[in-house]
Amino acid sequence: MSVLAFDREALRRRALQAAGTVVDPEIPVLTIADLGVLREARVTEEGGVEVDITPTYSGCPAMRMIALQVEEALRAAGLPAPRVRLVLSPAWTTDWMTEAGRDRLRAYGIAPPAPRATRRGLFGLEEAVACPRCGSTATETLSEFGSTACKALRRCTACREPFDHFKCL
Amino acid sequence: MTSILVAREAPPLLLHTMRLADTMLVLGHRLSEWTGQAPMLEEELALANAALDYIGQARSLYAYAATLEGKGRTEDDLAYLRDAPDWRNWLIAELPNGDFARTVLRQFLVAAFLQPWWHALAQSKDATLAAIAAKAEKEAAYHLRHAGEWVIRLGDGTAESHRRMEAALEELWSYTGEMFEADAADRALIEAGIVPDPETLRGAWADMVGRVLAEATLAMPGPAWMQSGGRRGVHTEHLGHLLAVMQHLPRSYPGAVW
Repeated sequence: MSVLAFDREALRRRALQAAGTVVDPEIPVLTIADLGVLREARVTEEGGVEVDITPTYSGCPAMRMIALQVEEALRAAGLPAPRVRLVLSPAWTTDWMTEAGRDRLRAYGIAPPAPRATRRGLFGLEEAVACPRCGSTATETLSEFGSTACKALRRCTACREPFDHFKCL
Repeated sequence: MTSILVAREAPPLLLHTMRLADTMLVLGHRLSEWTGQAPMLEEELALANAALDYIGQARSLYAYAATLEGKGRTEDDLAYLRDAPDWRNWLIAELPNGDFARTVLRQFLVAAFLQPWWHALAQSKDATLAAIAAKAEKEAAYHLRHAGEWVIRLGDGTAESHRRMEAALEELWSYTGEMFEADAADRALIEAGIVPDPETLRGAWADMVGRVLAEATLAMPGPAWMQSGGRRGVHTEHLGHLLAVMQHLPRSYPGAVW
């Protein structure tokens, strides 16, 4: 590897690292790296850095804010000519969420998505979702859609607490 | 306002992308009208979330259409600065919401088509459409489940909810034919492997609709005369009113930004 290529690789890694510190504005315990929203970074031909992010949902209203924060984080880290690119393919899946992210989500009171996205058929059996407070799996769906596009609303029938569930996608 | 689509020679891919985008935005706008008025908080959130999905899909499609058009217009220009005759959405999308029964039945009838449609479109030879479709398909699967469960709950519910669902079915059924239409522009894209042939999805759609209606104790309507026109720019009187509300701000305050 030439010295130049080595520098470029270091720059790319620094960009990924800086961008990875940005947190989701709606779920501030998760970074965009935890979420799998941060996809890739590269050094452009002009020597600037370009970071790819992908939306969780097509209409996720947080994307614009995330893009701005990424650009700011890159600039704050002293990275040259930062640019953010929105990519749609491959489509985001909760499978990309890190283990650490799932743990933090649970501690925050949001049930994490199942480790592997399953496609429950129409009116099929419900997946078992553990209550993030008491751990009981005796929980039921209140609504398929919760406070944000990526969450559903559930209730624990053991401790009676309602809670958000990060939907599997 | 100059129009891009009235011209018969609009390139098939641009026309098709605009038809999809217009349908998603009009449907998303209709759903957003429930905000503050839904029968319960959970459904308020659900309808608003589904509206966001549709509007998000529309944005991706408009952004692509703007690129295809290549005249420097943005997604906002395409959404806010065209009059009704330039819109190419399905008529079913622009119909007023009616009551909650009609709203969820429309969501169901449309999602039962869109979910397999996006699934097939994800295999498109057009990489951008394929990427938008792969994302939208996941969202459509949720919409289908949510709306389908409501159709059953209301159809197989009280006498009143059954009556309302039956009336909604009567009202909406003749608007379902447009989803399966394909004109010469569509044919060219179908042959090129860019979009699926909607006719090939009819079986899956009818199976899904038949299954849910049966469980909802509602009779599946037989073959009927079908409404047509939205994809050609011939609309009901309702679209103009919708656009007046949706486009008011950018037209009254040109260039307004957040």
